[in-house]
Amino acid sequence: MAPVGDFDLEYASAPESTAPVRLASQYGLFVGGEMVEPAAGRLAPTVNPATGEALAEVSVADAADVDRAVAAARTAWEGGWRDLPGADRAKYLYRVARLLQERAREFAVLETMDGGKPIRESRDLDIPLAAAHFFHYAGWADKLDYAFSGRRAAPLGVAAQVIPWNFPLLMAAWKLAPALACGNTAVLKPAPTTPLTALLLAEVLRDAGLPPGVVNIITGDDAAGAALVAHPGVDKVAFTGSTEVGRAIAAEMAGTGKRLTLELGGKAANIVFDDAALDQVTEGIVNGIYFNGGQVCCAGSRLLVQETVADTVVGKLQRRMDTLRVGDPLDKNTDIGAINSQAQLNRIQELVASGVAEGAELYTPECVLPERGFFHAPALFTNVSTAHRIAQEEIFGPVLSVLTFRTAEEAVDKANNTPYGLSAGIWTEKGSRILWMADRMQAGVVWANTFNRFDPASPFGGYRESGYGREGGRAGLLPYVELVP
Amino acid sequence: MTGDWLSNSRPILGRVTDLLAIETPTGAADAVAGVRITPVDAVGLEQRAAALCTRSIKTSSKAAALDLAIRVMDLTTLEGADTPERVEALCTRARHPDAADWSVPSVAAVCVYPELVPVAAEALADSAVAVASVAGGFPAGLAPLEARLAEVAWAAAAGADEVDIVLNRSAFLSGRYQKAYDEIAGAKQACGSAHLKVILETGELGSYDQIRRASMLAMVAGADFIKTSTGKIGTSATPAVALCMAEAIRDMAEQTGRPVGLKLAGGIRTAKQAWHYLVIVGETLGPGWLTPERFRLGASSLLNDVLMQRAKLRDGRYQRREDYSVD
Repeated sequence: MAPVGDFDLEYASAPESTAPVRLASQYGLFVGGEMVEPAAGRLAPTVNPATGEALAEVSVADAADVDRAVAAARTAWEGGWRDLPGADRAKYLYRVARLLQERAREFAVLETMDGGKPIRESRDLDIPLAAAHFFHYAGWADKLDYAFSGRRAAPLGVAAQVIPWNFPLLMAAWKLAPALACGNTAVLKPAPTTPLTALLLAEVLRDAGLPPGVVNIITGDDAAGAALVAHPGVDKVAFTGSTEVGRAIAAEMAGTGKRLTLELGGKAANIVFDDAALDQVTEGIVNGIYFNGGQVCCAGSRLLVQETVADTVVGKLQRRMDTLRVGDPLDKNTDIGAINSQAQLNRIQELVASGVAEGAELYTPECVLPERGFFHAPALFTNVSTAHRIAQEEIFGPVLSVLTFRTAEEAVDKANNTPYGLSAGIWTEKGSRILWMADRMQAGVVWANTFNRFDPASPFGGYRESGYGREGGRAGLLPYVELVP
Repeated sequence: MTGDWLSNSRPILGRVTDLLAIETPTGAADAVAGVRITPVDAVGLEQRAAALCTRSIKTSSKAAALDLAIRVMDLTTLEGADTPERVEALCTRARHPDAADWSVPSVAAVCVYPELVPVAAEALADSAVAVASVAGGFPAGLAPLEARLAEVAWAAAAGADEVDIVLNRSAFLSGRYQKAYDEIAGAKQACGSAHLKVILETGELGSYDQIRRASMLAMVAGADFIKTSTGKIGTSATPAVALCMAEAIRDMAEQTGRPVGLKLAGGIRTAKQAWHYLVIVGETLGPGWLTPERFRLGASSLLNDVLMQRAKLRDGRYQRREDYSVD
């Protein structure tokens, strides 16, 4: 008989082809239905985080460009979009959804090139879900009269929407689809490091025949975003990003009469009881924290395990971490791709170093990181105390902190012991315990026996420092309408 | 209201001997005392299994994977119409699966009904191919216990290196775990030095929780291998079932240090299915399980597809189906 372990299972390097993506060397701003040059002519490169190389140069909008974009949105709103019957608005949204599906591969590859997330995720989650959001809200457009009993839903006007770099196209869809369905026009500003899929979306919007100015997309740095949300011609501001910036926006909005929704940071607890299905728990923990390299606002970054199974769970987890594949995000077998930017990588490394310095125990599997680009191995901290920075601050990287608990009340206390309140996970085979826990979680989303699952019909949003307002489902219409008798 | 009742509820997780209320013979108790059974979440399990089936294997690894699929194969014929001639022909194929290419490795075993064990044993004498026999009232396992144990002993004495018995589903599903356990332990004794494979017939167990429970029960009762199916009912091996049983084996190995083998059988017809299973076993249990000692694929029609894929990899083109013998 053959010796034990005589066969080494090697996976193919299976890179997705970049052939469907045609990159321009320079991109303008999408204003009034066409691509225009920025007023000051300023450009900045956008980098492929897996290689560190520039993919293209993208316009940097300034105050004049913001003016132009807001004016275009206002003109489009007053010029007909607000009065268009819902069924007609729906037609455009359905078209956008279908065009996204038709060009799904192109979008997925571009998303991965520009943002560094594994192609498996952009292909299977980001792009299909973005299309699903357009489909979902297309369905609402002609039913707004029945969405809020006894009241009519009137549009607000021009929405300023500033989105983050972790799910670039998906966040654009989360913002644009409900805004448009409700009869608003929009100025969208993608994150500085990931503008390309939003600019490709501009092409789709044009192909869908969307009237000029209904959606305007301006790229640029944080100053451009600040100018946009502060613009007096804006009726509604929607921001997804860091709590720090969100707080500044909220302060600035005070007293202006602008409507505001914020989707900010998180430090979610993933709570494992000793009766849970431990092998599936292991997968759920991995999906909770290493999905998109942990660069997810709702990531399950604090693992709370009942002490009786803590060693077992950590053992299973470490073993599973050893099989995670870190590397080329375009490779179909890759589990963890590139970190979005050098700045983000620096922040992750700094927090990991603080964890070690504060006395927590670090585990990382042996893995060879690519020489170029921004990569971080999956990391696991045990012996973590609730006072440690790694247990308190949002790391936004593939770093998990493990804490233990004895009773359900202790789990509740520890889970809620954070300024954030975006999401939580509960793992137990006992239905009554799921309900008991979910009632007590101060988090906008509570997953039971799963984690990081999204659906356009399901509202998503936070408590406390994780922001306010909901996106998705019927609740996701509210931030974009005025309810009138 | 406090949540004390939530924390103090009787855990589902526990020792196999407690949960199933099994009394083990003195001495055996120590070995299995720490073995625990955890629940299985069907949604998570199926998601993970599906994800593993999307892994693509390196072309250079593919040839080795196909050879491994042959080396772990239990070439099986379990028809009422089996004849000595048919079994002899199968044994010839088992030694050299491709008459035209002797670089093709031999399969792990030939699996037959007990009456044909002497024929297979003679045909495979001085070969590395093992003789496996189903026994113990295969496929239902509902013959009188004495008759089943006698059949196991008879097959082993007739030259079977491995004996495949079935779990008594009637006992297991009705909660008579002690009976199911005793029967397997009895069969283990009856087959002497032959290896014991216990078929759970997962298609009849009703849930992954039951499959996990049955896996643990069979392992603590002494199974050298646990096996999915008889191939005699509609539902047999699936990626999720394979993953579920592999996870049980992993727990057993971690908790007792005893490595138990996994045999997947029923409905495995294509090379692609075979390497999906290699991936599931390799990722879950590690490369140490990718060997005939710990992993088997029971199949009757898989071999030809694997040979065709192997020739395709070698020659760059597919051969005709007629070029391969049909058993």
